[in-house]
Amino acid sequence: MSLLSIRNMKTSIGQYAVLHDVTFDVPEGGVFVLLGRNGAGKTTTLRSIMGLWSPSPGSVTFRGQDITGMHTADIARLGIAYVPENMGIFGTLTVDENLILATANGKFDKARLARIHELFPALERFRDKQAWSLSGGQKQMLSVARAIIEPRSLILIDEPTKGLAPSIVAAMAEAFREISRTTTILLVEQNFNFAKSLGRDMAVIDDGRVAHAGTMADFAADLDLQDRLLSLSV
Amino acid sequence: MTALTQTLGRAGGVNLLPVFIAVIAFVLIGAPSSWITLTVAGLAMGMMLFLMASGLSLVFGLMDVLNFGHSAFVSFGAFISATVLAGLGGWLTADSWALNSMALIAAYLAAITFGLIAGWFFETVIIKPVYRDHLRQILITIGAMIVAEQTILAFWGGTPFSVARPAFLEGSWIIGDVSIEIYRAFAFALGAAVFVMLYLVLNRTRIGLLIRAGVEDREMVEALGFRVDRLFIGVFMLGSALAALGGAMWAGYETLITPHMGADLMIVVFIVVIIGGLGSIEGTLLGAVLVGLMSNYVGFLAPKLALASNMILMVAILLWRPNGLRPAVK
Repeated sequence: MSLLSIRNMKTSIGQYAVLHDVTFDVPEGGVFVLLGRNGAGKTTTLRSIMGLWSPSPGSVTFRGQDITGMHTADIARLGIAYVPENMGIFGTLTVDENLILATANGKFDKARLARIHELFPALERFRDKQAWSLSGGQKQMLSVARAIIEPRSLILIDEPTKGLAPSIVAAMAEAFREISRTTTILLVEQNFNFAKSLGRDMAVIDDGRVAHAGTMADFAADLDLQDRLLSLSV
Repeated sequence: MTALTQTLGRAGGVNLLPVFIAVIAFVLIGAPSSWITLTVAGLAMGMMLFLMASGLSLVFGLMDVLNFGHSAFVSFGAFISATVLAGLGGWLTADSWALNSMALIAAYLAAITFGLIAGWFFETVIIKPVYRDHLRQILITIGAMIVAEQTILAFWGGTPFSVARPAFLEGSWIIGDVSIEIYRAFAFALGAAVFVMLYLVLNRTRIGLLIRAGVEDREMVEALGFRVDRLFIGVFMLGSALAALGGAMWAGYETLITPHMGADLMIVVFIVVIIGGLGSIEGTLLGAVLVGLMSNYVGFLAPKLALASNMILMVAILLWRPNGLRPAVK
């Protein structure tokens, strides 16, 4: 059974239909990558899964439970974390306050916190700093750290490498590899090399529909398909 | 210039503005005794405005709701507390500090209880259907304000309502040639105590952390597993109760109240919220103290400019800092 199943998802924002028919399955474990051009509907797909926009019609099933139409907070409490494209950092809160807000009972699990500080050492250095003063890369680290401060089953991550320096991107890839050993990641990414290095399974969304789904190895080997669906020369 | 800015920033930054205005006023007024009396009056007025404005600022910041009906809580708070005080007239005039205090506490508790209940009703019935629709929010909350005003007219009549004060808050302290009205000192102390309580709740508790985070990014708070809509109701009730308490204190300050007192005060309350920056308790306090001081100083120095002074202050601050002095979101 898949961890997450999306069936015939259609989402409209106002009067504009963004997703026309999205269907794919995310298996448990590893990194599942959602690729596609700008405006194809990748972010809308993540937001619809999270309940931030309501898909109608269509269904989202998580561990066999239908979560379509559920409140975002209830979806999050099922063990789904969300790292949005804009990182969703609370700028006036300190780094530690950002993290503690994401804990279940307002207290840190020391082992998890230590693991986070090991993955992202900058977050330990700047624990008491207000988050707005962090660099772009550090904010992204904080956003990801917030998603793993509690045990989760699935993390939805939207374009985490956007605008980051190559050294930070490499550190982020390493962190995702480590996280994906225990938690499934659904990653939306435009940087194909980054996505290729992490993904096991993948789907391509084009014009609000799933245009291709399969393994990353097969897709990486098919340059014609890449060119047709992503307009990339890689 | 940069060094001066950094030095001022380290010394307190925008928090020094009230001190700066007070120093200028001291030079212009000349007489220290008048200056002290005006400063105490300004601080007391500022604290009462803070109570009325803090809820509005949080509601504005957290819920993105433009609540023009906020004045109804101020007016009802004033009339309800005044009615309770009138009913407990014997306690008020008794030569007992304890009875005086109990009358005042009963009046304030009645206003706060009304604020909590009416706030819950207002949020659930009137505000919830118009979330994220500013135009309808303005129309429906102005409508609610008119209904509230007319309700007060129906119950209490249109003639100014006299407000009794407890005996222990009457009179002034005379220190040398300085006269400090006791009620003003009390209003300042109570307002300061409420600010400290609010500050501690917002900065030292998990619920406060959630409110501060919700002001910045409501969606993200929900994505972390919290029902912000339930938080909204709590914040709205708190804001309404604070407005009612502010109204009750204002009633004792003015001693004569009218059904449209809330609407009259709303212009100043909105100026306080805009000057301070949306969603920030510290900003609201700063804005309220600035408005309170400015009103009293200008009222003394140039009475004809008193009404315009707060508008001029708001324009000047917005030209300098378009998001207000201490907005919650950076």
